[in-house]
Amino acid sequence: MSAVIEASGISKIYQMGEVEVHALRGVDLTVEDGEFISIMGASGSGKSTLMNVLGCLDHPTSGEYLLNGRDVSELNPNEFAEVRNTRIGFVFQVFNLLPRTTALDNVELPLLYDRTRRIKDPRAEAVAALERVGLADRITHEPNQLSGGERQRVAIARALVNRPSIILADEPTGNLDSVMSLEIMELFGELNAQGITIIIVTHEHDIAEVTRRIIEMKDGAIIRDAVNVGGQAK
Amino acid sequence: MRLRNLLKIALKSLTRNRMRSLLTSLGVIIGVGAVIVMVAIGQGAQADIEAQITSLGANMVMIFPGSSWSRGVSHGAGSQNRLTLDDADAIRERATLVTAVSTEVRVNAQIIGGDSNWNTSIQGVDPEYQEIRDWYTVSGEFFTERDVRAKAKVAVLGKTVADNLFPGSDPVGERIRIRNTPFKVVGVLEAKGQSAYGSDRDDVVMMPSTTALYRLAGGRYISRIFASAVSIEASEAAEEELTAILREEHNLEPGEEDDFRVRSQAEFLETATETSRVMTLLLGAVAAVSLVVGGIGNMNIMLVSVTERTREIGIRLAVGARGSDVLVQFLTEAVVLALVGGTVGILLAVGVSVFLDRVVGMTSIISPAIVALAFCFSGAVGVFFGYYPARKAARLNPIDALRYE
Repeated sequence: MSAVIEASGISKIYQMGEVEVHALRGVDLTVEDGEFISIMGASGSGKSTLMNVLGCLDHPTSGEYLLNGRDVSELNPNEFAEVRNTRIGFVFQVFNLLPRTTALDNVELPLLYDRTRRIKDPRAEAVAALERVGLADRITHEPNQLSGGERQRVAIARALVNRPSIILADEPTGNLDSVMSLEIMELFGELNAQGITIIIVTHEHDIAEVTRRIIEMKDGAIIRDAVNVGGQAK
Repeated sequence: MRLRNLLKIALKSLTRNRMRSLLTSLGVIIGVGAVIVMVAIGQGAQADIEAQITSLGANMVMIFPGSSWSRGVSHGAGSQNRLTLDDADAIRERATLVTAVSTEVRVNAQIIGGDSNWNTSIQGVDPEYQEIRDWYTVSGEFFTERDVRAKAKVAVLGKTVADNLFPGSDPVGERIRIRNTPFKVVGVLEAKGQSAYGSDRDDVVMMPSTTALYRLAGGRYISRIFASAVSIEASEAAEEELTAILREEHNLEPGEEDDFRVRSQAEFLETATETSRVMTLLLGAVAAVSLVVGGIGNMNIMLVSVTERTREIGIRLAVGARGSDVLVQFLTEAVVLALVGGTVGILLAVGVSVFLDRVVGMTSIISPAIVALAFCFSGAVGVFFGYYPARKAARLNPIDALRYE
């Protein structure tokens, strides 16, 4: 196994007026290819900040972050955008789908911004991604015509469509009821079984229990990092 | 990033948010439309005034007796009216810059004809008068040079007089009486409508100048001399020439003041044009205000849609759009809206203008320069305020843009 994520000494300091908020205090984390990880912690423990840094949505204040062996902290904004576009799929708690836009158009979006390859038929790829998340019959629906679980599936399809090696999900089940939550976790399990590295943030134990490795954070630092034997086997 | 993709994204975004697109372009539509219509009405009014003045006879030069108009003391009020038929003959003989000359003798008199009578202004003129004032008969004939020489008792009626004395019938061939003298009606003049000063120009009876002077006015002096300059450009030179001829004719010493006044239609035209220019300026100011108001409305709707759009930008950045991708998209949207809004605004303005022209009867003239100005200004406002907030948002971290409330 090779490491897809090697982060060392990651810290993030927010300036809130006069006060400095240390959201992350020197986090070290290594993630191997194909892992299925959950990050837990109370709110304010820094887990979302860590996800944003890992997802290249935000820059760390200091520390080194190697993604697939490449130092991401040295990238310029355009290269950063390319990483977000092709290497990482990000799933949000609030879905963040474009309103008044069909599932298909939402999923197609990352393909339209992809400069790394010539995409012959973006629609076909988007349809394929929606089929992978079990929404083949919902492709022309707009977000407000879909249930929460379906919206999250659209968001996952969007994260999948550019074939990233990693999917990061920040409380993906936070807005869903328990039945939908389990369905979504099942979907993540399937995707992980297909070889995609998956990291999710959650504060629910039964959600975390599905994953194979559970990391606990408190006050911007990792306090526990253990293999979960009961998790879904790869 | 392929440009085609960006265009696709921008157009999709526009059609997806129809209400927002409509409101945004409405700002441009109103900005462009209002300005064009305003100025079109102003220029229409200006053209109306000019046309009316030209309808008096384009190259006309007029000579008035000096005494009754002049404020000069030496020839002041009460001094004799010194224009004569001989003056007109002298001009006919010697002036080179005028083509037609006519005298005018004005008398007010009661006219009896048909079963009625009517008080009107009688103008004794020469046949050239028709040409000078661009005023011809619609029925019958104008009197001739022979009638002038013969002091013939013939008359041409203005429309108002004809309608009052002979309602519903053609008065040509009828008899009328003026101060107990019988006249034969030989023609009816075309209607000229109101003058620029509000008087009815059709309330008139024309007859040979000699007839009016010797049979009715009983005097020596005539009221005015009209002449046509060879061209509008020659009006001024013609004025000078006529002045020189009349000074000689009146035996005025050098240094002595003129006892007559020469004015050309070109001068009137200038005055009137000046008046309407002030009006256009006024309308232009109103237009400028509506341009600014439209611009501000346009700006507001653009800025208001920013909250929603900042989130949208965050989403786009999060899935891998570059800042420049987002900017090209927003710029495209803004340009498309400005173009569509501007075009609709122009079409609307043309529609309103045609409606005013055809249906309301208000002359309105659309000026291409104003169309271009309004289009460019409103377009620029739309593009700037569509682009500028987007530029701010595109510089944010994706996560900050997503969190924007």
